Amino acid sequence: MTSPSQAAADAGDLTLEPEGEPGTPGNKGTPELAGRTPRQLAWLRFKRDRVGVICAFVVGFFILVAAAAPLIVKLYGKNAYDLYGQDDGLLNSSGIPIKPNGGISSDHWFGVEPALGRDVLALLVYGIRTSLLIALAVTVISVATGVLFGLTQGYLSGKTDYFMGRLSDFMLAFPQQLFFIAFSPVAISLLVNPGEQESWWVRPFVLISVQFILGWMSIGRLVRAQVLSLREREFVEAARISGASSWRIISKELLPNLWSTILVQATLLLPVFVTAEAGLSFLGVGILDPTPDWGLMFQTGANNYQSDITFMFFPGIAMVIFVVAFNLLGDSVRDALDPKTLR
Amino acid sequence: MSEQTTLDKVPAPRPASGEKLLEVTGLQKYFPINGGFIFQRRVGDVRAVDGVDFHINAGESLGMVGESGCGKSTTGRLVTRLLEPTGGKVSYAGKDITHSSRKELAPIRSEIQMIFQDPYASLNPRQTVGSIIAGPMEINGINPTGGRERRVRELLEIVGLNPEHYNRFPHEFSGGQRQRIGVARALALDPKLIVADEPVSALDVSIQAQVVNLLQKVQQELGIAFLFIAHDLAIVRHFSQRIAVMYLGKIVEIGDRESIYGGPRHPYTHALLSSSPEADPDDDGRERIRLAGDVPSPINPPSGCRFRTRCWKAQDKCATEEPPLVRLGGNAEGHLTACHFPEEPTIEAREEDIVLDPALAAIEEAADETP
Repeated sequence: MTSPSQAAADAGDLTLEPEGEPGTPGNKGTPELAGRTPRQLAWLRFKRDRVGVICAFVVGFFILVAAAAPLIVKLYGKNAYDLYGQDDGLLNSSGIPIKPNGGISSDHWFGVEPALGRDVLALLVYGIRTSLLIALAVTVISVATGVLFGLTQGYLSGKTDYFMGRLSDFMLAFPQQLFFIAFSPVAISLLVNPGEQESWWVRPFVLISVQFILGWMSIGRLVRAQVLSLREREFVEAARISGASSWRIISKELLPNLWSTILVQATLLLPVFVTAEAGLSFLGVGILDPTPDWGLMFQTGANNYQSDITFMFFPGIAMVIFVVAFNLLGDSVRDALDPKTLR
Repeated sequence: MSEQTTLDKVPAPRPASGEKLLEVTGLQKYFPINGGFIFQRRVGDVRAVDGVDFHINAGESLGMVGESGCGKSTTGRLVTRLLEPTGGKVSYAGKDITHSSRKELAPIRSEIQMIFQDPYASLNPRQTVGSIIAGPMEINGINPTGGRERRVRELLEIVGLNPEHYNRFPHEFSGGQRQRIGVARALALDPKLIVADEPVSALDVSIQAQVVNLLQKVQQELGIAFLFIAHDLAIVRHFSQRIAVMYLGKIVEIGDRESIYGGPRHPYTHALLSSSPEADPDDDGRERIRLAGDVPSPINPPSGCRFRTRCWKAQDKCATEEPPLVRLGGNAEGHLTACHFPEEPTIEAREEDIVLDPALAAIEEAADETP
C-alpha cells in the first residue's frame, strides 16, 4: 500500500496566478467587477483537463451506483441475498454455473455466483456500497483528525510539536497490513461477548477504527508542514497585529489556504482505503458473508477462478477502473489547484 | 489620485508637538542558538537588537537606516510586539507595553499598525480585498457609520485604487497595487503609529515614488506617526523628519534630517552617505569613503564600539570602551552620536579619499600610475 502523501506533498504552493486575467476590467459590457476566486480559477483549469473530467464522471458514476444501490437492484428485479443459482438450478453439482461465461444470461446480466448462486450484478452493486461507505467514513475521520492534529502541531510548535510529532512517528512505525490482520479479531472479540450473536455494526465499526488509527498520520504531517510555512507569512503577522485571536488566525487565515491540500490528499486517500478494506475482507478479517462486499467477491473468485474465471472479472475490473479513475482525478485536482507544479 | 511618478519636493519638517507617542529604551532582542547532541542547550545568541533607545513624537516620521541584518526589521517587529523583547522597555503613549499579553494590548492594537515589505506575502491569497481590509475592523469590533463596506471603499479610494475592486482577489493586482491594499489595511483602524518595514524595497523603482508619495500624503493628512524602516537613503530622506542610523543592533547616530544628511558625525554615517549615489553629474564635491569587509557577526559582536573593526579612526579606546549615544559639541539639539572620535560635521570632499578595500585601493593606485 503506497501512501499518497508523497504525491501531494508538493501540492502546497498556495498562490494561484491568474491565467490570462479572465476578469480584466473594461471588457465588453461587463459592468460587474467581480473577481474570480482562486477556486473559480481552479475550476476553469480543471474543466480544461479532459482526463480529469472523464475520471470525475467515472468516479461520480461509482458513487451514484453505491448511493442508488437499492433503486438499481429494484429496477433490475433481483436482490443480493436470494440464492438464484440453487433455487433455479443454474449451478451444476459442484457449484459451477451451467451456462457459459459464469452463467451470464438475460436474467442475470453479470452471471451468478459459484457455490451460493447469488446474482453477481446485485452483489457487486451492494458490495461497492459497503466498501465505499466504510472507506468514506475512514477518509472523513482520518482527514478531520489529521488536519486538527497537524494544525495544532504546526501552530503551537515548540515542545508540543515535538511530542505530537513523535506520537505520529510512532504510529507510522506500525506495519499496517500486519496490524490490521492481527488486531481486527482482537477488537471484535473485545466488542462481542463470547457466545453472543455479533451485531451488524461491529465489523464495519472495527474496520473503520482500525484503519483510522493507522491512517491519519500522513495528512497530519502534511498539514503541519504547511502550517509551519504559512504561519511565518506576513499576512498572518498582519492579522496578529490587528489583534486577531489564535482561533481566528487558524480559521480565517490558515485553513482557507489548506483546503486545496486537504482536498487533494482526501481524493488520494479514499482509493487507498477502499483497497485496504477489500484486502481485509479478502483475508477474512473484514466483512463476513452474507453481507455483500467487494473484497468478499474477490475471495469467492479466488476460490473458483480455475473453473469460473468470469466471476473474478466483474469485481476486479470494477475495482481497477475505480482506483485508477480516483487516482487520476486526484492528480487532476492537484494540477488544477496548483498550476505551477511540474509533473 | 493623480499618478505622480516623481518625488515631491521635500516638505519642511512639521513642528513636533512635543508629545512622545512611542518611547523605546534599552530595547534588546536575542535569538537563542541551540546546539548539542540529543540534549539541546543554548550555545549562544544572535544579538539582533542590543540596546536601542529612541522615541517618536506624535505625527512625526522617524526613518531607520542601516545595512542588511543590522536589526532594523527586528526593531520594527518589537515595537509592534510581534516579537517578545528580551530586555528593555517599549512604552506607547506613556503605557508600558513591553510584555503585555494579547488581551492587554487589545486597546492599543488599533493604534499601531504595520506595512510589510513583501506585497506578495502580506495579503492572504484566499480573501477578497474587501475582507482583507475589513478584517482589522471586524477583529476590533469597529462599526463605522455607513457600514464597513462603505469604509473599505473609502479606504480604497484614499490609497488610489478603484473602489469597485472590493470583490477582487490579491492575485489580480500588481505589486504596487497590492502594497496600496496593504496601506489601506493599515489605515483601516485609524492608527496613530504605522511601522513601515521597507514598504517600497520590493517594488519596481517606477512604483516606489507612487507608494512613498501615498504614504506621505497619508502622514500629512491624517497626522500619523511613522517608523519608516528602509535601506534606501534617498527615500528615507524624502520621507522622514528624523533619522536613526543602525549598525549591528545599535543606533550609532540619530538626529533630524538636516543634521544627519548635512553634518553627520559618526564615521559609519559618513560611509553610508557616501555610498549612496546622488543623481547629479556635476557633483564632485562629496567625500568618498569605501569600507572593506563585512558586518561582523551579531553572534559575537566586537567589544567596545561595534564599528571599530571597519573604522579608519579606530584606536585602543574604541575596543575597550563602548561609546555612549550623546549629543556632541557643535551638534544640534536632538542630534546624538555614539563615537569617541567623531568626524567633522560636513560631507565635503576630503583631501584624500578613504578607501579601505585593498582590492579597490590597488586598482585605483594602478590607474593613477598609468594615466
